[in-house]
Amino acid sequence: MSFEPKIVAFLCNWCSYAGADLAGVSRYKCAPNVMSIRLMCSGGLEPSFVLKAFKEGADGVLVCGCNLGDCHYTDGNYKTLMRMTLLKKLTEQLGIEEPRVRLQWVCASCAEDFTNAVNRITEDVRALGPYKKEKVEVESGKNT
Amino acid sequence: MAKLKLALYWAASCGGCEIAQLLIGDRILKLAEAADIVFWPVAIDAKYKDVEAMEDNSIDVCLFNGAIRNSEQEHMARMLRAKSKVMIAYGACACRGGIPGLGNLHNRQQIFDTVYRDTASTEKNGNIFPQPSYKAPEGELEIPVFYDTVSTLNQVVDVEYYIPGCPPEEKTTWLALEALIQGKLPPRGTVISHNVKAVCDDCSRKRDIKKIKKIHRTYEFIPEPEICLLEQGLLCVGVATRGGCGALCPQVSMPCTGCYGPVEGVIDQGAHFLSAVASVIDSKDEEEIRTILSDVRDPVGTCYRYSLPDSLVRRASIK
Repeated sequence: MSFEPKIVAFLCNWCSYAGADLAGVSRYKCAPNVMSIRLMCSGGLEPSFVLKAFKEGADGVLVCGCNLGDCHYTDGNYKTLMRMTLLKKLTEQLGIEEPRVRLQWVCASCAEDFTNAVNRITEDVRALGPYKKEKVEVESGKNT
Repeated sequence: MAKLKLALYWAASCGGCEIAQLLIGDRILKLAEAADIVFWPVAIDAKYKDVEAMEDNSIDVCLFNGAIRNSEQEHMARMLRAKSKVMIAYGACACRGGIPGLGNLHNRQQIFDTVYRDTASTEKNGNIFPQPSYKAPEGELEIPVFYDTVSTLNQVVDVEYYIPGCPPEEKTTWLALEALIQGKLPPRGTVISHNVKAVCDDCSRKRDIKKIKKIHRTYEFIPEPEICLLEQGLLCVGVATRGGCGALCPQVSMPCTGCYGPVEGVIDQGAHFLSAVASVIDSKDEEEIRTILSDVRDPVGTCYRYSLPDSLVRRASIK
């Protein structure tokens, strides 16, 4: 069976989720590989959520927020930008290839941007293959 | 009351934990009144076979320091678990992987290549790597199998208590030993430390809401004596680290490196710290943010100095 990437998308309530919704309503053709999780603000995205997604078997993570300057909470997405910039450095050092973690601004009327972001990360991750974890010799499954 | 039976063991560690155990000073006599030490490779002459001969659950408490990096350590962890009623992970390595845990950025082959082949001081006479077993003329010799991945103690066996620190401060050690001697151990699973939420709560430096434009490394910068180190641009992990140590490092201008592990309730110390660093950056310009954060040269080593095996991702994937 061919590899179908599992992508987790974190979408902010005010812009990106609405944009994703619009993409559906407008019948844009979009890869079905994304599981979306709605947050009130992308600034509420803890970096550990992204790492947890990988731990739980995601092959890629897409984070969407409002365009810079448009945040419903004034500057939440600037926090997202700073965190994601640093987080991407960290994930790359952990051997998670750069295209697997993606930050994309999607406004409420940007259905096309959302569709493109989803299709792009899906294709990038498909080309990379599954996110592979290394062998752990001692495995008791007790780790939290 | 019968005397307690105490065992102490070291796995992948540096020996600093045994020194920390001795730091309790003359109170060791109080410990000796209450407990007999039946196994302690660093100080008393008991062999593995002596432990093997003991009955299950015959040791009251085992203080285990060091991470699990090879098959011998795994074997000893399992054996001591079977022989002990209470297993205590002592020190950052046993609790969260510690410094040896940073080996999880590489795998066995990469580490062997560096140590036995690529270092400048290694003689270039072929690729000679350690083998787990070797047939010598006198018979077969065996050494422990080196693992790809470093594990924490509780990833291998059940652990009742955790004593954090690299090494644990003397007062933290004594807090645990005193509870042990008095038979007043806290609920199972407790990280035994003084009840201080974060290192910052013990730190006398003033916190403002000042933001930073530049991240410094310790060797290139002399910080002001009274202002929060993070707000001066030093990557001080105190905000994400459990307190109880007395904030010794930041008080002498060395940023906290996070040895007491994550604050209560946080699973992933590194991700927690990463969030904190990102929120003190003073910029709204994408390019500038990238430039400022490019000074974080070693994000994993900074955020997960002592906790990589215990983190969500646990280890790096190798291409």
